[in-house]
Amino acid sequence: MRVKSLFLQHGRQLTTLFVLILLSAALWALSPHFMSLSNWLNIAQQTAINAIIAAGMTFVIISAGIDLSVGSILALSGVVMASALQAGAPVPLALLLCLVVGALCGSANGLLIARGKLPPFIATLGMMSVARGAALIFSDGRPVSGFAPGFRAIANGEFLAIPLPVWIMAAVYLIAHLVLSRTRLGRYTYAIGGNEEATLLSGVNVKLHKTLVYSLAGLLSALAAILLTARLNSAQPIAGMNYELDAIAATVIGGTSLLGGEGQIFGTLIGAFIMGVLRNGLNLLGVSSFVQQTVIGAVIIVAVLLDMMMKKRRS
Amino acid sequence: MISGRPVLEMHHIGQVFPGVVALDDVHFDLMQGEVHVLLGENGAGKSTLVKILSGANPRSSGQILLDGVEVRIETPRRAQELGIAIIYQELNLIPALTAAENIFLGREPRRRSGFIDQKRVVTDAQSLLDELHAGIDASRRVCELSVAQQQMVEVARALSLQARILIMDEPTSALTGQEIGELFALIRRLTQRGVSVIYISHRMEEIFEIGERVTVLRDGRHIETRPIAGTSREELVRLMVNRELKEHFPKVRVEPGAEALRVEKLSRRGVLEEISFTLRRGEVLGIAGLLGSGRTELARALFGADPVDGGRIFIKGKPVRIGSPRDAIHQGIGYLTEDRKGQGLVLNLAVRENICLASLARFSRLGWVSRTRESNAASGFVDKLRIRTPGLGQQVRYLSGGNQQKVVMSKWLCSESRILLFDEPTRGIDVGAKVEIYQLMNKLAADGAAILMISSELAEIIGMSDRVLVMCQGRIAGELSAAEATQQKILNLALGGN
Repeated sequence: MRVKSLFLQHGRQLTTLFVLILLSAALWALSPHFMSLSNWLNIAQQTAINAIIAAGMTFVIISAGIDLSVGSILALSGVVMASALQAGAPVPLALLLCLVVGALCGSANGLLIARGKLPPFIATLGMMSVARGAALIFSDGRPVSGFAPGFRAIANGEFLAIPLPVWIMAAVYLIAHLVLSRTRLGRYTYAIGGNEEATLLSGVNVKLHKTLVYSLAGLLSALAAILLTARLNSAQPIAGMNYELDAIAATVIGGTSLLGGEGQIFGTLIGAFIMGVLRNGLNLLGVSSFVQQTVIGAVIIVAVLLDMMMKKRRS
Repeated sequence: MISGRPVLEMHHIGQVFPGVVALDDVHFDLMQGEVHVLLGENGAGKSTLVKILSGANPRSSGQILLDGVEVRIETPRRAQELGIAIIYQELNLIPALTAAENIFLGREPRRRSGFIDQKRVVTDAQSLLDELHAGIDASRRVCELSVAQQQMVEVARALSLQARILIMDEPTSALTGQEIGELFALIRRLTQRGVSVIYISHRMEEIFEIGERVTVLRDGRHIETRPIAGTSREELVRLMVNRELKEHFPKVRVEPGAEALRVEKLSRRGVLEEISFTLRRGEVLGIAGLLGSGRTELARALFGADPVDGGRIFIKGKPVRIGSPRDAIHQGIGYLTEDRKGQGLVLNLAVRENICLASLARFSRLGWVSRTRESNAASGFVDKLRIRTPGLGQQVRYLSGGNQQKVVMSKWLCSESRILLFDEPTRGIDVGAKVEIYQLMNKLAADGAAILMISSELAEIIGMSDRVLVMCQGRIAGELSAAEATQQKILNLALGGN
């Protein structure tokens, strides 16, 4: 009974998980090194950045929106933080600054969408360009590099033999799950995505909650900027190109409907891992990066196609 | 003009959905030129049956014969080829295209050059519409047409597809009295041409007016098929629900208490004109009027969903400002919308989540929702209102219309609304659930709630209201007490008489 209800509620995520396991088994068969602990830690660390951005994207997509600006927000908040660090700001202050910049960009998206009634696609498309331009202006188009070891430890450090970025990703997902399933913000995110009109007529402050959702997406992009900058020991104004597409892909592979109102955060995590595992496995197999792009694109299409076919069969 | 052989026969029809037997060994047949009414409570299997005919449910069991020849209807396209057309409650037209373009959508006549022959599209469509006496200009865009006219366009489209069997699912739910008359005249012209009609409706008066035979379904089973002549309304209701409904409107009158809501000269340009009235506790105030008379607009203005240009609203004697639904809910107003699925419910959220949507703040602290308290509240309403659902976690999309409506009601009871605006509270709901909703209104009134009930069903207005306001063109055309309200008086006022 418990197993059955578990499957009914989380069937879609279990399927995605099954695909991940299948994919891993295939790669293991092709390359024995794939299944080593060190390789998995490597995958997790590489997945962390996309996964963190995708967590924010999941909120946005559940609310029936889209955010194309996450990669640019990452770049802008990254170069701002890096400049602050180089100017001698203490690390915690620089981190805070980074998060504030990200959240502010996100709120700007939210306000344009909720108050200005702009379609999310247009508002965030604009922000994508504005934030990217701002990052280039701010950094004069040059990477900002070289930080103190204390900062770089965010990417290199370990706790219980597991890299810090992996811990951060885990924490983000745990919190995101609790927010989505246990808080009013989470409930309203689903409600707005499911039926905005009915939600508004139920007295929910739709504008506020939409703004919060986009702010959260911006905040998580900034968090990803911290990890990326620490790992590369450099903040690039052209960082994060196409990250929005990876995040959308992870979300959609994870079973969140682009129509809004439906989706689970752990599905997105699995989706991000599917993409990470695929990249890693193809690298191990020596597949060229051109071919990789093609394969990953095909996987996204097939995943969504399968999902739609299964949904049709169920209904 | 009914000829003696069935154009359509359905034998031993069965349909199983995961966990539910939707249809079990159902028989149905349709004569040429007949209007055959399909009757049953929501969830009885009517929609499932017509979906099988229209090719939307290809995995059913049983046998379907057209003119005595067995057919398989696997896709909507196949149904179309076989001459079966369905006109849904929600019309399937493209608003931005013209009537003519909609009628020939996907089958546009072309010139030799390959371009669409616009002239022929319009002239052919116009002659189809004229044949139906529709009085519609084929070159007008569908979004400029009334619902009744849009229906005509759908019928014209069906005829252009050589439809021989026309399925109409609650075609009158959004029509005014006069439009219903026109629709019936149209149906009669169609049947004279040999078209057979399967007619689904909950409105008894219509069934007796238009139907020749009736088939009653209950819980997915075929109960009875009989000629409508010689059948009484009570008998049909009994067949549908299998329990005698003593009275149709179980109205209990309550001595009205203190003033709950007073509206003074509420106006919105072009929509509402100086609306004034008082609503007292324990009272059901019926709002009658034709479509477009401003009934729904009044409710939306009171609820803060639309802005107003002038006027004042008093609650318990105190002036209040209502600028948004949030304000209205804080003032204890609840609004059960006319469009249940579009505005009342979040279909993919659970029963529990819908019930608590308007009062989630009460079940949470610092943004953290207490599932236990929420579930306790929701399950209280599920019991009290007898909402039939497998569980609190069930998505409301899977509930029947009556149960969905009870979920919306629960939402407003849960938010402790004391002034309830009910807009068409029983639209598209089966007889059994209707009575339950009436009883609930009685109970609410007895508990001191004030109810404003908008309805297009005059019998419902007369049967359930303590007082009736009749609206016409954005104004209040008159007020009638329960004793003096008759269908004729109400209609007279609604049509602008006095």
